[in-house]
Amino acid sequence: MDPLKFLGPVIVLAGILGFVTYAILFERKILGWMQSRPGPNQLGPWGMLQTVADVLKLWMKEDTIPNNADRPLFKMAPVIAFVPSFAVIAVIPFSPSIVFADLGVGLLYFIAISGITTIGILVGGWASNNKYALIGSMRSVAQMISYEIPLVLSIVGVILAVGSLNMSDIVLKQEKMWFIVPQFLGFVVFFIAMLAELARTPFDLPEAESELVAGYFVEYSGFRFAFFMLAEYVYVFAMSALTTILFLGGWNPLFGLTFIPPIIWFLLKVFFLVFVIIWLRGSLPRVRLDQLMQMGWKVLLPLSLVNIFLSALLKEVPFIQAFF
Amino acid sequence: MESYLMVAVFFALALALPIAALTLGKFLRPHQPTVEKGLSYESGVDPIGDSWIQFNARYYLYALLFVIFDVGAVFLYPWAVSYNVLHSEMGLLILASAAIFILFLVVGLVYAWKNKVLEWK
Repeated sequence: MDPLKFLGPVIVLAGILGFVTYAILFERKILGWMQSRPGPNQLGPWGMLQTVADVLKLWMKEDTIPNNADRPLFKMAPVIAFVPSFAVIAVIPFSPSIVFADLGVGLLYFIAISGITTIGILVGGWASNNKYALIGSMRSVAQMISYEIPLVLSIVGVILAVGSLNMSDIVLKQEKMWFIVPQFLGFVVFFIAMLAELARTPFDLPEAESELVAGYFVEYSGFRFAFFMLAEYVYVFAMSALTTILFLGGWNPLFGLTFIPPIIWFLLKVFFLVFVIIWLRGSLPRVRLDQLMQMGWKVLLPLSLVNIFLSALLKEVPFIQAFF
Repeated sequence: MESYLMVAVFFALALALPIAALTLGKFLRPHQPTVEKGLSYESGVDPIGDSWIQFNARYYLYALLFVIFDVGAVFLYPWAVSYNVLHSEMGLLILASAAIFILFLVVGLVYAWKNKVLEWK
């Protein structure tokens, strides 16, 4: 194996860290504009160095571990939460040629590995030995496992159409028509479940500042806290990339504009989804916990089951069966 | 095989970043623990009682429902992947077999629904 190939993951890691740095800045900027205020604008031109300064500050903060905490678990939790968030990016095809791990079970790998983060959150909340942290982590986990079901089942329609779990195969199948059109119901369920998995507004209950202080990471400080935040933003990228691959045609160009390279198309779609996620945060209020749980189990889960059978039955209808 | 090696590289990098950052940080950050700093945060009041308490059993019911449907999803994925092949052999029977399988899951969901497990109060 070409040793140069190992440079790829390092470049991806650097790219992801750069993405997170500027995603946080843009989130604060966009929220600022939506609320008629400038947002961060002091450090560097246009506030470009704000997040860099924040990270440096967190790095030099004292690392406080509560006396009552379960120390080994407390130290492990941020790592358990972060590692899967970066590991899932291995299977994402950025373009026809830039695929790091072309696994036959790529989609299953993504879903399975991303579930591990839930354990990191549970461990962090438990090990803190703090009531807020425990309640916050319980809520997070309840939310995440409730929405993982519709998330996983809404994809089955796409798998039915492709007949493969390989990410590149899924993108290649969408050359004529993106799955957002034939799989619209699946897309809606997937997108809502994705927002809940990411704990983004309107489903940001785990971090409800007004009732739980900050949720499961209330006892964390310094860089351990930073790794929980980093995991969250890396997931914003990973989940946007997954949505792009499953429903928005991956690297396939729009309007036949093939002179733009595929990787640019892919990143444009991912950044558009990231913007939509931030946009929703600026527009929507937070739902209540009972509304959240009922929506997951009583609306999204039945809808995702209906979607499976609808997709399978539409395969029988002449003229349109090619799309399912 | 090479792909799985790549996955291992990604895992190794993801593990190396926090370890390196936290180890380097040791030389940058101050370390002056006091008893007050080590207290659990409870809105500024001294913490009362143990925090490792019993919590609501409702979480356990959600976990059970999650396991049931997640295992269901594990069975549906291979079914969906091989649907086209099986369909050419058995026709719509393959759809019916999945329908029967999901029907059992739905019966469980309806039971939980009727017993107000899904209400959060």
